Amino acid sequence: MSWFDNGWGLSLVVFLPALGAMVLFGIPKAQETAHKWTALLFTGVSMVMSIIIAATFEYGSAEQFQFGTKLSWIPAIGSNYTVGVDGISLPLLVLSTVITVLAIIYSWNNWEEPHNPKAFLALMMILATGMNGTFVALDLVLFFIFFELVLLPMYFMIGIWGDKSERTLPVFNKVVENRLYASLKFFLFTLFGSAFMLLGFLGLYFRSGEVGAGANTFDIPTLIDLGSNNAFGSGTFAFLVFGAMFLGFAVKVPMWPLHTWLPDAHTAAPTVGSVLLAAVMLKLGSYAFIRISIPILPDMAKQWAPAIGILAVIGIIYGSLACLAQTDIKRLIAFSSVGHMGFVMLGIATMTDIGINAAIIGMVAHGIITGLLFFLAGSMSHRYHTREIARLGGNQKLMPWMGGVLAFTAMASLGLPGLAGFWGEFMALLASYSPLGGLDLTLFRTLMVLGAIGTVLTAGYMLWLLQRVNLGEPKSEWEGREFHDIDVFEWLAWAPLIVATVAIGVFPNIVFGATRDAVVNLVQNAFGG
Amino acid sequence: MNLDYHALAPEIIVAVTILVVLSLDLSLPTRLKWVVAVVGVIGLMAATVPVLTLAFGDDVGPRVMLGGTYVVDDFALVFKGVFLAAGYIVLLMSVSYIESDRYYMGEYYVLMLVSILGSVIMASSRDLITLFVGLELVTGPLFLLAGWRKGDSKSNESALKFFILGVLSTAILLYGMSFLYGLTGSVKFDDIRAASGALADNGAFQMAILFTLIGFAFKVSAVPFHAWAPDTYEGAPTPVTAYLSVSSKAAGFVGLLLLTYLAFPQVTDVWGPAMWILAAASMTLGNLVALRQHNIVRMLAYSSIAQGGFILVPFAAAAANNNAILPDAFSATVVYMVIYAFMNLGAFAFVIAATAKTGSGEINSFAGMGSYAPGLGLVGAVFFLSLAGVPPMAGWFAKFVMFQAVLSAQSGWVTALAVIAVLNAVIAFVYYARIAKVMWMDPVAPGAASLVSRPAPVSASLGLAIALSLIFVMVAGVLPQIAAFFGEASKALASGL
Repeated sequence: MSWFDNGWGLSLVVFLPALGAMVLFGIPKAQETAHKWTALLFTGVSMVMSIIIAATFEYGSAEQFQFGTKLSWIPAIGSNYTVGVDGISLPLLVLSTVITVLAIIYSWNNWEEPHNPKAFLALMMILATGMNGTFVALDLVLFFIFFELVLLPMYFMIGIWGDKSERTLPVFNKVVENRLYASLKFFLFTLFGSAFMLLGFLGLYFRSGEVGAGANTFDIPTLIDLGSNNAFGSGTFAFLVFGAMFLGFAVKVPMWPLHTWLPDAHTAAPTVGSVLLAAVMLKLGSYAFIRISIPILPDMAKQWAPAIGILAVIGIIYGSLACLAQTDIKRLIAFSSVGHMGFVMLGIATMTDIGINAAIIGMVAHGIITGLLFFLAGSMSHRYHTREIARLGGNQKLMPWMGGVLAFTAMASLGLPGLAGFWGEFMALLASYSPLGGLDLTLFRTLMVLGAIGTVLTAGYMLWLLQRVNLGEPKSEWEGREFHDIDVFEWLAWAPLIVATVAIGVFPNIVFGATRDAVVNLVQNAFGG
Repeated sequence: MNLDYHALAPEIIVAVTILVVLSLDLSLPTRLKWVVAVVGVIGLMAATVPVLTLAFGDDVGPRVMLGGTYVVDDFALVFKGVFLAAGYIVLLMSVSYIESDRYYMGEYYVLMLVSILGSVIMASSRDLITLFVGLELVTGPLFLLAGWRKGDSKSNESALKFFILGVLSTAILLYGMSFLYGLTGSVKFDDIRAASGALADNGAFQMAILFTLIGFAFKVSAVPFHAWAPDTYEGAPTPVTAYLSVSSKAAGFVGLLLLTYLAFPQVTDVWGPAMWILAAASMTLGNLVALRQHNIVRMLAYSSIAQGGFILVPFAAAAANNNAILPDAFSATVVYMVIYAFMNLGAFAFVIAATAKTGSGEINSFAGMGSYAPGLGLVGAVFFLSLAGVPPMAGWFAKFVMFQAVLSAQSGWVTALAVIAVLNAVIAFVYYARIAKVMWMDPVAPGAASLVSRPAPVSASLGLAIALSLIFVMVAGVLPQIAAFFGEASKALASGL
């Protein structure tokens, strides 16, 4: 299947969902079953192909880009359609395609107001193309396009199907619905960041020709080669470029203090929107740090590392403390993402292979676990018609299965050994004990201690959540009410995530097998030795 | 006199069409007046044929005529093509719009075609006089067209404001041109360029440059010379507004491109800072005021002022860095113009369809359109978000080449302008997205329940106008090389100066 290996396979993984979205436009609005099956077909084939890619991937040379191709795309600006996967992007690509399919299965009979599955599925599939594309793009312009492509569908998902409760805007003193506030805030934050990111990319482009690439180029592998010779140096130019890209990526992750869009967006989004946001879209930012910032500007990455580490740990502590104060279950999970992504960024900040491996497995684990948590929160608020933690209670008695899965997922989220969440946190802390040579040891060990306190806080708020929601007696308002426990579509959507949580927890090599060589190679190229 | 009739074929075909339309309008009975529109549209289509044969036929280099004052080269062909295509789409938009007003059918098309002829001539002009004649041919008919709905006081106000400020700007332009001629002894751009090096420190020469640029700044409605635009746009018939904001504006930019790159490349010190200020002011003021608009056409007026600011950014970049990036900046402006033309035409075509449906130009009247007219809602969202520069619509590439040109200047002042442009791109998103938000996220207004059952009033010709713009915006967004091609083809004009 040489056509499959030479870029077609990867391109189909990326573009099949978008193609499916176009097919959806042609199907009349009333034929909802046809819409669902079309969506499932296109994303399903995309997922199967990504799994075939994972199965036939040469793990022996995981540091090389495979299944790739390079086609002329916009010769006028020197940009090509360059794609490929290596060990770093492969787990994330599979995560993205799988979560998309599970999200479609979950929403099968579960559409939020104002209904309209046609539009919702089309948006979800365009989103999938953007997410998959970001993980395989090896050209800065192409990367930028995919990175931006996810914004529009998510903007509409939150804005149309989102939370209709109201809030008062502080300065304008105006009452708006949460969905409108959150969707605009989400878009403006990300747009602001990514516009500067684009300036950073252009800066790299115009310098690349002078420092050894021959002609100016957007080609990421070429730029990484330049980076391994530290071609961009550590002067003002590199500082500004790194800073501009940092803005774009850090908003997306999100890192404290650029995170404020996240709790609003995640809380206001419809269930599937929250799942896709948390499970995949947050990873676009941290992936970009690993794919672009570190290998292309290693010296600058090293200079910025303490700052990134400090912000990451602030995010961990701040996210955990904020969780303790939340009264809304969805908002609590949203803030927990700030904390978990803090661990990912702490791993990256150590600039070691352990730390970056930790970051990648942390991303995958967070995608699976927090995705599941948002599914659960959605299903529960669908049944209880409230997200107020104070009004819930005795969930275990009302819905034993739901309670069980929630307990399992909460345990995974707080980093219980044996489940997927453990590795990312543990190894990030381990890596900050001995960060890359030349980084301030005292600082990173302090960060490690603070991060460890963060894990305790995480355990604290997760267990407290379980206690308030699952345990105890049901509140009197639910007396005599019958609740439908987990239904078949929910099981279909959740079972793979539960299995993956255990599997990665027990055999972390599922992820490390792909990432290890690639990360070692990356660190070696960037920082030598 | 040696005329190349192949090269002049587009102008000749448009001119003949004008005469045919005029005489048909006189001789046809009222019930057959629609033929006039068809002939006009066919005439414009026919005129694009020689543009294509000239562009893709035997490469004989620039066809120079009339002693070097009239040149058909790739740059001219690119803009002739854009002007004809834009004129074609505007005529398609006009058909049902003008029919519903029921008067002056033929004259409308004659005036519109004359204006298009003027813009086609401008693209080839290489001296001050041809440029001026072309510009007046573009603007003159528009004074009349802006006041087309003579029973409407807003339309009258529109025409009057446009006329008074238009004449004022023409006077300033001519004043500047007369000085240019007096100081350099020639009206040809090449001669002015040759003479400009020695005159760089001459105060009168610098004033003349600024006066000519101010004249064109009025035409492209750059801040602070924009005051006429919002009122004129609002009062004029919507297809005329579309034409004003696209073709007439593009004609202004053609004038600016020719003057700055062909006539004044030696004196970038004079016009570079002026362009910087115009660009920054237009982007910022246009965007901030657009945020506060309730009427869709007024919002588009301020949006087009802001977009004009973005188009001016590469001019400011071109002036920096010892002219090394003149071709890139030139190309960026052309690409931006081409993409802007199609997405703005699409936006106006959508506005015509949407206001016909809701019977109001208030943005809030579009509430809930996504639920009762999803197709229209989708099209509107595509055009407005493309104007905002969100991928995968073509607008992103326009912004991209603009930033690329700016950063290639590698100068602090110009990079500061890039940062201003970034912030403005974020601000602009708020009001463009508001249209999408109103249509898709707001509930249908209580009084508008009757709209839901009303059939879509999109006529076939308007539908075609929307479809053509939509196809370009989507295809060029995914395969931007299509748009980049126009820049690549035309930038030869700016190299080697």
